[in-house]
Amino acid sequence: MNVVLAVTIALLGAAGLLTVIRLVRGPSALDRVVALDALLAILTCSVATAAGYALYAIDVPVVVVVSLMGFIGSTSVARLFLQERE
Amino acid sequence: MTAQLLEILSAVLLLSGGALTLAAAVGLIRFPDVLARMHAATKPQVLGLLLVLAGVGIQLRDNVDVWMLVLAGLFQLLTAPVSAHLVGRLAYRTRHSRRDQLTVDELERDAPGA
Repeated sequence: MNVVLAVTIALLGAAGLLTVIRLVRGPSALDRVVALDALLAILTCSVATAAGYALYAIDVPVVVVVSLMGFIGSTSVARLFLQERE
Repeated sequence: MTAQLLEILSAVLLLSGGALTLAAAVGLIRFPDVLARMHAATKPQVLGLLLVLAGVGIQLRDNVDVWMLVLAGLFQLLTAPVSAHLVGRLAYRTRHSRRDQLTVDELERDAPGA
């Protein structure tokens, strides 16, 4: 099972790296919002994987909190962006 | 026997979830404009997250906190369309999307000031 853990972490890490590249390169704020949303989803996946393999369910509430934080962050940035434009 | 099958099922779910997440990230890098990138960041991303959560749920099946994983998946399904809708509408209205990439633009005649 350690192989599965290693491969999953590698896949998630590569995905996180590519998302961070998009986050840094932009070009617009909306691209960054989308990339941040994806990064938080990848973070959720990683925390859940760690909890599953350590059989350590204390991390599970973190998964719920992170997935909700992503929503709050991206919607509020989108609202802010809209107000700045108008 | 059943435990072994569940282990294999969980491993398959985790690996396919990770692969879908990576595919979403590749789409995020490769696609040309905000709308296309949003497509990559919402649909394969959410499915990958759900698969990973299902795999982890199988791993943690003896635990009382598994329902929280279901809750996290449910929240993701509820919130991903809302934020994608907001970002997509904003991208169209602020002209961050590339209109030459669109095959059909049904919003054009209704858009204010278009």
